[in-house]
Amino acid sequence: MLTYLAGRIASAVPIVLLVAIFIFSLVNLTPGDPAVLLAGDNATPAQVEVIRERLHLDQPLPTRFVVWAGNALRLDLGESIYSNQPVTKLIAQRLEPTFVLAIATLILTVVIAVPLGVIAAWKVNTWIDRGIMAFAVLSFSVPVFVIGYLLAYVFAVQLKWLPVQGYVPLADGILATLRSVALPAMALALVFAALIARVTRASMLEVLSENHIRTARAKGLSTRRILVIHALKNAGVPVITVIGIGFATLIGGVVVTESVFNIPGIGRLTVDAITRRDYPVVQGVILFFSVLLILINIAVDMSYALFDPRVKG
Amino acid sequence: MAIIESAVPSHPVGPLLRHMGRNRAITLCCLFLIVLVLLAIFAPVVAGDPLKIDPAHRLSSPEAGAIWGRDHLGRDVFARAVYGTRVSLLVGFSVAILTTVFGVAIGVYAGLSRIGGAIVMRLTDAMMAIPAILLAIAFASILNAGLLTVIIAIAIPEIPRMVRLVRSVVLGVRSQPHVTAAISIGTSGLALIWRHILPGTMGPVLVQATYACASAIIASAVLSFLGVGISPEVPSWGGMMADARSTFRVQPVLMLYPGVLLSLLVLAVNILGDRLSDTLDPRKSRRTSL
Repeated sequence: MLTYLAGRIASAVPIVLLVAIFIFSLVNLTPGDPAVLLAGDNATPAQVEVIRERLHLDQPLPTRFVVWAGNALRLDLGESIYSNQPVTKLIAQRLEPTFVLAIATLILTVVIAVPLGVIAAWKVNTWIDRGIMAFAVLSFSVPVFVIGYLLAYVFAVQLKWLPVQGYVPLADGILATLRSVALPAMALALVFAALIARVTRASMLEVLSENHIRTARAKGLSTRRILVIHALKNAGVPVITVIGIGFATLIGGVVVTESVFNIPGIGRLTVDAITRRDYPVVQGVILFFSVLLILINIAVDMSYALFDPRVKG
Repeated sequence: MAIIESAVPSHPVGPLLRHMGRNRAITLCCLFLIVLVLLAIFAPVVAGDPLKIDPAHRLSSPEAGAIWGRDHLGRDVFARAVYGTRVSLLVGFSVAILTTVFGVAIGVYAGLSRIGGAIVMRLTDAMMAIPAILLAIAFASILNAGLLTVIIAIAIPEIPRMVRLVRSVVLGVRSQPHVTAAISIGTSGLALIWRHILPGTMGPVLVQATYACASAIIASAVLSFLGVGISPEVPSWGGMMADARSTFRVQPVLMLYPGVLLSLLVLAVNILGDRLSDTLDPRKSRRTSL
């Protein structure tokens, strides 16, 4: 188990390095002089020169990459051009709302999607199955910001049950926090749940046609016992894989949802940084999300061993 | 030679079209898409000027001149929605085509070359580790707004998915008897790829291209919505929704029109993709039930 973990982490290192090169070249190979751009329209050549030196823009590209990557390894992602604050500090400050939103979404998703997928597989080719799958395709097709505004209109503007926008920090009481993330988490969960429900159904169908299920039925076990104990446990691996893969979609969704609901998380930080052309922050945030995604996928791989004893690596 | 020829899997297009003609959901989706394409082409005939600002009639209710009312600058919402079809369809189709062309070319190469394949796999690993929409946002904002930029920005994160799919299919096809037979009688590289390998990849590629089209339409709306897409002047559904944010509480319908159109378009494309994949993978349709 430990050697498997070590192997997975070792194989992630070159990927992280490649990601870092991608992100760095993306931001630095852009047409135009970033120093001139950042200094603004009224800057004197001397001011432009100061910015150029501060960002080491006068150095050759490979040197700048080594400096940036070396600092990133020591968790120093540079300073924001806009607010002059360290990028890691900016990310840390905004971690809580994004984290709470992601966890709430994940819990909602599993609670909605797994039962729906199981029921659809159990009642396959009936109107219940078709209804659930139609719902899945529908919620998969409606963009998250459309669902977001729809929910906001119904539950916040019309019914006034929940706040329209904003985020209440955990320090101000967990109930208020949950109320503030309820709508965005619901909007995100609907999209995410569609994906998970479909995979749960497909995976359950696969398992339900196997011999041990027939044996369990011949033994006279109840349908519920067969579905949950005998089938769902075996259908778990693909479902967890997709939850892992879906994290990329979830992160993208978080960026959009935070803008819709005005939540001061990392997603908003990203969008603001991009519109302000605050390159150190853009680089830092994308690197942060990518490394997070790689770590999540390692955790997903590790969880296979829990579900399937054959996976030992 | 003739024996080998007949062993080549036939292109699935013929039976596919026949099957699709019989399916109501597919007919409906195709009809909807055709209507949207026609609207996009004949936008100037169907709708008025989408750019004309009429401050006197800001946020006005539906009237003879503007059947869906006017937005916060007094522009005709219906006209903007009709012209907005152009951006969504153009981005969706272009990204699907770009993804297919580059994805298939790189994927076939990766499936046939051992070393090249390993390198391509590591590169796609890295690209897929970056959340697609972030990559698209970053590309679009850095390369300066424009339709072409948006298309490229959205296509780039889509390509690795297609590459991996094509490679896995090619790896499967390569070991089949008709391909080894073709290699053994000395079929040249290009003919081998064109006649024996590409036909096998067509089905999955078609399905994946459809999904790429759907996600590209959403992505372009997201970019416009966040203000990093094409210029806000150009009518697009995402841009219309971004404009409607400020007046959301007073005039929520301004959000509704583009939102519903966008959702319907993506839904139609996704249903097409699902039906395609059901048709091409008959395993799915005959499953036992509990």
